[in-house]
Amino acid sequence: MARPGTARTAPPSSHAPELDRLIHERLRLGIVSALAVNEALSFADLKKLLNTSDGNLSVHARKLEEAQYVACSKTFEGRLPRTEYRLTASGRRALERYLEHMEALIRATREA
Amino acid sequence: MSTSPNTPTPPQGAPETPDALHARALDDLRYIRRTMEGAASFTALSGWGVVAIGVTAFPAAWLASRAEARRVWMLVWLISAIIGVAIGFATTARKARKAQEPLFGRPGRKFALTFATPMAAGAILTIPLYYGGMGAILPGMWLLLYGTAFATAGAFSVSTVPVMGLCFMVAGTAALAAPASLGNVFMAAGFGALHMVFGALIARKHGG
Repeated sequence: MARPGTARTAPPSSHAPELDRLIHERLRLGIVSALAVNEALSFADLKKLLNTSDGNLSVHARKLEEAQYVACSKTFEGRLPRTEYRLTASGRRALERYLEHMEALIRATREA
Repeated sequence: MSTSPNTPTPPQGAPETPDALHARALDDLRYIRRTMEGAASFTALSGWGVVAIGVTAFPAAWLASRAEARRVWMLVWLISAIIGVAIGFATTARKARKAQEPLFGRPGRKFALTFATPMAAGAILTIPLYYGGMGAILPGMWLLLYGTAFATAGAFSVSTVPVMGLCFMVAGTAALAAPASLGNVFMAAGFGALHMVFGALIARKHGG
């Protein structure tokens, strides 16, 4: 798969699998990374951790939910609704693939 | 930092140099690592455990203030410290288990090592000071070094933790400047009240 105008000596993209656009985006990558080291995080935890707005977080969390990378559950804590996110098995695999991809990119440029 | 809701795609046909790709990949990896470490320390230390340690400091201060012999006074605080460490360790391990996090994962290990260093210095200094008849400065020194432990290890935890450390350091400095007779009062104020206030803050803000 050679894109016109991209001539490289060691093109990583022709060897590595296609970049996962879904978690390439910063905030979505942040959500997945944060959930990888926590069993579950609430909407408020994620918002604070990633230093973002309600709207931004919910848009990106929904995209990940639609892809089934994260699972979302709504419970009640007293009378307050609480939204909790967890990483699914396929979300974890996606993060692992992404990490491998980044490592491969670094190796490729180092060798070049 | 504003993030567009749409996935940013590099402009088609624009050649990305290997250098740019490399920088981007490195930056991505750093971001993932930072986020993971930030998220992992998010739930590391048990706030309720810290409150519990604070609660045990009051009877200890009361007992210590009634001790007539230096040895009894020392023994009271020594036992209190052992109980405190046990409570802290058990409650933090429990919180980590509940969150299915390894207790000695990367943030946990860094926290423990950084915390243990000033604590070890404090333990070592205690011996010559006690036997050299300078027991009066022990409360101030303990508070100061305990605070140093939290102020430095707190870099790997939530921001409440280093702030708590700084408050302990202030308490220790004040104790060193104050008359020795106030030692037990400073111990109660520091190990009792400060623990309770900051423990409750950690528990409320960071899930237990």
